[in-house]
Amino acid sequence: MTDYSYTLLIPLIPFVVFVITGLFGMKWKPIVSGVMGTAGLAISFVLSLLAGYQYFFASAVESYPTIIPFNWLWLSLTDTLQIQMGVLLDPISVMMLVVVTTISLMVHIYSLGYMKGEKGFERFYAFLSLFTFSMLGLVLSTNIFEMFVFYELVGACSYLLIGFYYEKPSAIAAMKKAFIVTRFADLGFLIGILILSFYTNTFDFEKLTQPGSDIYHNIAGLSFMGISALSWAMGLVFAGAAGKSAMFPFHIWLPDAMEGPTPVSALIHAATMVVAGVFTVARLFPVYYFHTPDVLIFIGYVGGFTSLFAAVIAITQYDIKRILAYSTLSQIGYMMVGLGVSGYGGEAGLGYMAGMFHLFTHAMFKALLFLTAGAIIHAVHSNYMQDMGGLRKYLPITHITFLAAALAISGIPPFAGFFSKDEILAAAYHSNKLLFYTEYITAGITSFYIFRLYFGVFWGKNRKYEHKPHEAPLNMTIPLIFLALASTFVGFIPFHNLISPDLKPFATESEPVLITASVLIGLLGIAGAWVLYKKENDMPEKIANWLGGLYTTTYHKFYIDEIYMFITKKILFNLVARPIAWFDRHIVDGTMMGIGAMTVAVSDKIKRFQSGEMQQYAFVYVAGAILFVLTFLYYFAG
Amino acid sequence: MTGFQTILLLRHELLLIVAAVVIIIYDLLLPAEKKSRIIHFSMILFAFVLLLGLIPSAPGELFGGSFQENKLTGFMKDILNLAVLIIFLQSGGYLRKTENAHKMAEFFVLIIFTLTGMDFMISSGDFLTFFIGLETASIPIAGLVAYDQLKSRSAEAGVKLILLSALSSGVLLYGISMIYGATGSIYFRDIAPEITTSPLVILGFIFFVSGMGFKISLVPYHLWTADVYEGAPINITAYLSVVSKGAAVFIFAVILFTVFKNIIHAWESVLYALAVLTMTIGNLFALRQDNIKRFLAFSSIAQAGFILLGIMGTGSLGMTTIVYFILIYIFTNLAAFGVAAAIFDASGVETISGYKGLYSTNPKLSLVMMLALFSLAGIPPVAGFFGKFFLFTSAGSQGYFILILIAVANATVSLYYYLRVVKAMFIDKNDQPIAAFKSSPTMRISLLICSLGIFFVGFISGIFEYIMSLSSMLF
Repeated sequence: MTDYSYTLLIPLIPFVVFVITGLFGMKWKPIVSGVMGTAGLAISFVLSLLAGYQYFFASAVESYPTIIPFNWLWLSLTDTLQIQMGVLLDPISVMMLVVVTTISLMVHIYSLGYMKGEKGFERFYAFLSLFTFSMLGLVLSTNIFEMFVFYELVGACSYLLIGFYYEKPSAIAAMKKAFIVTRFADLGFLIGILILSFYTNTFDFEKLTQPGSDIYHNIAGLSFMGISALSWAMGLVFAGAAGKSAMFPFHIWLPDAMEGPTPVSALIHAATMVVAGVFTVARLFPVYYFHTPDVLIFIGYVGGFTSLFAAVIAITQYDIKRILAYSTLSQIGYMMVGLGVSGYGGEAGLGYMAGMFHLFTHAMFKALLFLTAGAIIHAVHSNYMQDMGGLRKYLPITHITFLAAALAISGIPPFAGFFSKDEILAAAYHSNKLLFYTEYITAGITSFYIFRLYFGVFWGKNRKYEHKPHEAPLNMTIPLIFLALASTFVGFIPFHNLISPDLKPFATESEPVLITASVLIGLLGIAGAWVLYKKENDMPEKIANWLGGLYTTTYHKFYIDEIYMFITKKILFNLVARPIAWFDRHIVDGTMMGIGAMTVAVSDKIKRFQSGEMQQYAFVYVAGAILFVLTFLYYFAG
Repeated sequence: MTGFQTILLLRHELLLIVAAVVIIIYDLLLPAEKKSRIIHFSMILFAFVLLLGLIPSAPGELFGGSFQENKLTGFMKDILNLAVLIIFLQSGGYLRKTENAHKMAEFFVLIIFTLTGMDFMISSGDFLTFFIGLETASIPIAGLVAYDQLKSRSAEAGVKLILLSALSSGVLLYGISMIYGATGSIYFRDIAPEITTSPLVILGFIFFVSGMGFKISLVPYHLWTADVYEGAPINITAYLSVVSKGAAVFIFAVILFTVFKNIIHAWESVLYALAVLTMTIGNLFALRQDNIKRFLAFSSIAQAGFILLGIMGTGSLGMTTIVYFILIYIFTNLAAFGVAAAIFDASGVETISGYKGLYSTNPKLSLVMMLALFSLAGIPPVAGFFGKFFLFTSAGSQGYFILILIAVANATVSLYYYLRVVKAMFIDKNDQPIAAFKSSPTMRISLLICSLGIFFVGFISGIFEYIMSLSSMLF
């Protein structure tokens, strides 16, 4: 048995770097923090690759073991209910280690160039290290409570990094929005955890996910409002996951989160934190599959709806980062669909494997898309497509790497996205036709909007730029090239040998008809974008006019934000907050109004003192007591 | 039982009485111009009281069962001593003001006397000792609230407190007399088997809860809280919200668990209603306060509602979560009050809008305040999160999930107003923020203790397990 205790260092190194740069970073030159953060992460990256190699490839196995090299007893509530802090290694957590450290390292290197000269450079690196630590802690969690703690930590880091440009009001608004929305979702998560652990008497993933385990007999048969208690628990856990992964209707925070620096968008809001929800569902997959299949298929439908919905919105947006944000929503929806349609054991686990596979490839190509978007913004100083065009001459490396990522997301072979997306479609085809067609159509829309972006930015009209755009420096282009190579080749990793719900490798058959169909729809989307956007013409505008209200509705993201505002501002504010404010102002404050005036005039004070609110206080007190007496006398003794 | 064992059982109370007498005598001996020496003298003296109180003693009872001392009550008294020491450390700046020069000793002596009353109350084995302890604790507090007797607000607050407190004590005593009438005893252990859901007992019980509800400031018995907290000197407000409330919650839970265990379903539904009302109303009023003391008053009302969730758990788990929460609450609330006191002593500002831009001039104080507010709001990984989490677990162990849902929703709402203060300090711009100042060394020591407590109490799992081991001996 290989000794894996070194894996503890993988999250610990970024944490130590965070403590050091957080405490002393301000005293040193900013670049010191940047270099320290990058160097620390490089070590974690190498260790993660080592762990990945040892775990998957060093020895041939029938079934991958679940290894817990380190588990420190943290709190023991009762003899059976205990909370540990530890490290759990299984195929998906090892895979996530590789994903997180790879993307984080690329973002660290890229930011050395992108964030150069920014105010708060060292603060940025300190937060990046803290985030990387928290994210690694999340994927390595041995129990659901530990995971919750790290959920909160990554949420806090995301909050801090979205608001990095805290002098911009829109950044402040976005950070608040992200915080409040995910906070509400986490509320569900916490309650779900409490219900689950109360009945099963454990927090441990190992015990929870053991198929055929008898820990669920306490909860079987309990139900609340017609839905079983376990379904409530797992549904609430999914609510937390949906908040982090920005599934409909919690998706509204993610597009606004683009106010953060672009490398942050690449790391947190494209590749790692937003897939934490997918990871959570995968982690608890056996519980969903064996005990609450109703919730599992619900997850699939939420994913399917989100993916189509977000892809449609992406067509009409002009801010390139927002297009990518909606695209992220859509792709995460794909992963959820993969999990939602999956079965357990052998080839039935195709959906699960495909969801994880897509998580892996998506991390590579979506991080790449964001980083190239950063390079574009860096060059033209604008986020809007209207200000761009013909950039392929000025930014050759960015152009080629963007194209690789665009082909990957469109599912064109041999790029990475083709393999993972095709397998999700195959899994959906065999278990749920409705989800299959949704995702199939979404695939076409995906390649259309991404090539609309590509043609609009790199081709189209040649415009005159005030400053001639120039290619990004080397420390920004190297991560681009690395990720472009990854986006091109990682699809050839035989994932079905590595990841499956029951930890056993399985064989897949290729289905030529499905493959041809999925490539065709991808090409169709690209062709559509070619016709409309390759050369500047007035066709897109004509189509928009022809669609009229439909277009405007989509452009305004189906008015979901407005609906939220309506509910919170109009309904909650008017129906709840107003009456309370009125009560507060007239009943309570009205009686306390004197306080200011009283100190001015002593006579006023005496008058108030004798006829003031003392009696009222006493009255409320006695009335409260009597009310309670009457209620409970009737209730118990009556 | 030998005399030494008796002294050991009464060590906390005797130490406090001795300390109070020593301070009075020392004050008499000091010449008028050197009176301020009493401040450091009392702080050091009380540190010894805290240390000597830690001497272990075997459990036992005195005065025919009227006085019960065991490991858990001893621990509770120790943490109250710690809280009082922290408050003493924080009050130097306030007491040095010229108008207080002639009455510094009173401040310490009165606090020590009220604490003695609370210690007797915590250890009471019958309703009479309980009531006398409670009154010994209440009456000097009114004097403390009116400590700024030349300021009308402080004087008014003192009068309000004494009058309303008399009302609540009357109701409480009335309730006790009914229970005595129904069961024929004042001893807890004799009453417990006689308790039934007869109308007389229910009536007595509700009056008892009403009396305790006043001390813990549960809605609808809370109306005094905001006025008194605002009018009292800030260090006294801290004392009221932490020590006085902590002691009352503890004995309240003990009496519910032991005396009223026969009618558990009755008192749990009373507490259910009180918890929902208290959390929700406390939160809603905290939303729009600008005065920091009123703000913390409503926040402490809401926190009292959360504590009731711990009581709902009953038994050793319930008791443990309450004591654990009180311990965390001491560090958290005293950190917030300490910063507010330091700012008030240096600049006279006590409004949240006055705190704008504080981070730019006093970054360390702002950080301590932020830590305290995060802990009050229950943001992991600081201690307040664990305190709340265990309270929820306690209520969960009895299956009160709807109540937990309401509590979590309230906790989420509370985030808003706690973060509002953080925002004022860190984000809001201000052309004339409070000028940079250096607080006294004792204040800084107290804030350091509180910050360490907030950071580490949650992570050191041994503390929770230790309290659990103490309370599982009893329940």
